[in-house]
Amino acid sequence: MEEHLKPMPIKQKFLTPGVWALIIIAAFGMTALLLRYILGIGAITNLSNQYPWGIWIGLDVALGVALAAGGFTTAALGHILHKDKYHAIVRPALLTAALGYTFVAVSVMTDLGRWYYIWHPLIMWNGNSALFEVGICVMIYLTVLYIEFLPIVAERFIGKVNLPGFLSAFNNSVDRFLRFLDRVLDKTMFIFIIAGVVLSCLHQSSLGTLMIISGQKMHPLWQTPVLPLLFLLSAISVGFPMVIFESIISSRSFKLKPETDILRGLADIIGPLLAIYLAFKIGDMVIRKSFVYLMEVNTVSILYTIELVVGIIIPLRMFFSRTLTKSIPGLFIASSLVILGVLLNRLNNFVVAYTPPYATSAYVPSVGEILVTLGFVALEVLIYRAAVMFFPVISQPKPAASVSKYSAKGV
Amino acid sequence: MPKQSRRDFFKISAALTAVTAGVTSTKIKAESKDYIPDKAMGVLIDTTVCIGCRKCEWACKVAHDMPTAPLESYDNRTVFNEMRRPDHTALTVINEFPGKELDRFPIDVKYQCMHCNTPACVSACIVKAFHKHPNGTVTWDGSKCIGCRYCMVACPFQIPAFEFDKAIEPDIKKCDFCFERTKIGMLPACVEICPNEVLTYGKREDLINIAHNRIEIDPDKYENHVYGEFEVGGTSWLYLAGKKMPELGMPDLPRATAPGVSESIQHGLFAYFVPPLALYAVLGGVMWINKNRKNSETEE
Repeated sequence: MEEHLKPMPIKQKFLTPGVWALIIIAAFGMTALLLRYILGIGAITNLSNQYPWGIWIGLDVALGVALAAGGFTTAALGHILHKDKYHAIVRPALLTAALGYTFVAVSVMTDLGRWYYIWHPLIMWNGNSALFEVGICVMIYLTVLYIEFLPIVAERFIGKVNLPGFLSAFNNSVDRFLRFLDRVLDKTMFIFIIAGVVLSCLHQSSLGTLMIISGQKMHPLWQTPVLPLLFLLSAISVGFPMVIFESIISSRSFKLKPETDILRGLADIIGPLLAIYLAFKIGDMVIRKSFVYLMEVNTVSILYTIELVVGIIIPLRMFFSRTLTKSIPGLFIASSLVILGVLLNRLNNFVVAYTPPYATSAYVPSVGEILVTLGFVALEVLIYRAAVMFFPVISQPKPAASVSKYSAKGV
Repeated sequence: MPKQSRRDFFKISAALTAVTAGVTSTKIKAESKDYIPDKAMGVLIDTTVCIGCRKCEWACKVAHDMPTAPLESYDNRTVFNEMRRPDHTALTVINEFPGKELDRFPIDVKYQCMHCNTPACVSACIVKAFHKHPNGTVTWDGSKCIGCRYCMVACPFQIPAFEFDKAIEPDIKKCDFCFERTKIGMLPACVEICPNEVLTYGKREDLINIAHNRIEIDPDKYENHVYGEFEVGGTSWLYLAGKKMPELGMPDLPRATAPGVSESIQHGLFAYFVPPLALYAVLGGVMWINKNRKNSETEE
């Protein structure tokens, strides 16, 4: 496969009707975001002293981190387990992860009351705090992701450096620097790749530790000491479905042939991963006897059941079906269900399960909160689209003429 | 070869699972390391003698330079029509509950930060903005706080309050046990003003003895429970009441400290950085083996 597929910038029109729709959503979101920074968090959110955290933490941060798991799972598959077949998806997954974590950082900042002190954890450490661990790990991992992306930037510009105006005098030195950087990174990249996987395992699980300290304020269906393990397992099992989901959407959007062979290979791995996650989730429920809370029908038990059945069991069955994973729609639906399941899980853990003792009414996200969340998603998709048009990220059939020294590289 | 990759993945996930699972079984500490019995001060609140005059609410605001209505307005008892909570405008409030059957007096209960022996906020805070002092006080440091509100998620009593209406420098507000006053030998403002000796300030150990004495002397008047003696590992502030405290607006809490489980997991995962480094080494090894295997395959 790799012989005739090569990552290249996609040469297509940026603006389409769908893109315009995204731009409008992003514009609304950014307006709401501006209001948050001018008027304060209370002005545009439904957060209160009873509900200090809402969807900005539950979705923008916790789900954002989970859905960016494609980055470290594909890196583990492609580089650590050395399955060359999957190299074509490493770059899109890396870009998604880098963008995803960037938006996680922006979302955290948006939710911080004193956002301009976001750097404080760098020098004020609290080793007891799960949030400190998550914060530091995400900061380091974001840096690692950018470093992992550097070779793609270098590849884009080597031999093509063309600075405007008087800066053009530096064209040669910049080119030399990029070549140097590329060589050094090529030799040392394995350090960052392994670090990326380790850091991911650490903070994906610590994200689960976050809510444990809330004790009985969290519904017993979700409150368990194995939360970190469940968070890690769910992140690992949502990584590949996310890659499949994105790959199918972007091949549809850019009218490219979907990489069916690769996606099917991934699908074969998802089944066992989901099975492990399900086993731990059910096992935990049986050991803690928390299933008693499923006997009564209410919002909490319904949401838990949907999370379990629609988000894990049904897609698990689908990924073990040969006929379904052979078809692109089958893959797409199964992957979407896993993503939906993890979305619901994070929302449940951080918002639904959190039942503070003195709340007089339940928390429902405000229009402003929803606009900001949707705006971030739209903006992320737009930047992704722009990036794959500018950088060599998505693998395409190679035109015969464009063979260069850098075409053979895998990363 | 899907089979091969599947097996590799099982191996990896098994390794990760072992790392995390091994940790969760670590023993949970029940004793507080911050609690120094010789120095820890506290306040015993005897709700049976509180008349709900709310002078403590006024004194608290004055002591903390917070805007307040004149003292006379606190005589207005209509505020008791609804249940209130301490927040960023009032660090302590009193709620009123119907009395015990034969007792015609209502029960008034004062709420404020409990100053836990093992505070969840101190453990949770990402930048150590909360500090537990030897005298039991838990204070908040505005020069560190980043406004993440994790303390509010963590607190079992739902006490820290956030100034949601401020765009710049929003504070976390909670009772600071009048740290600046007690430091120079003064009483906490609420204790000082209380006209009915509802509040007794003293060494926590002594207060617990006093509380049990009072129960012993008048077992009909008191529920046989000193709230705060053992709840979430013990608190500096203690309650005596004629009813069970969960009926009087306090949460029904276990004896285990609030941060116990999460700190054990956290410290287990990062025990001298061994687990992360071990994972790094394992992954590096797997990567090296796979690369060599690939190379030898291509050579053949």
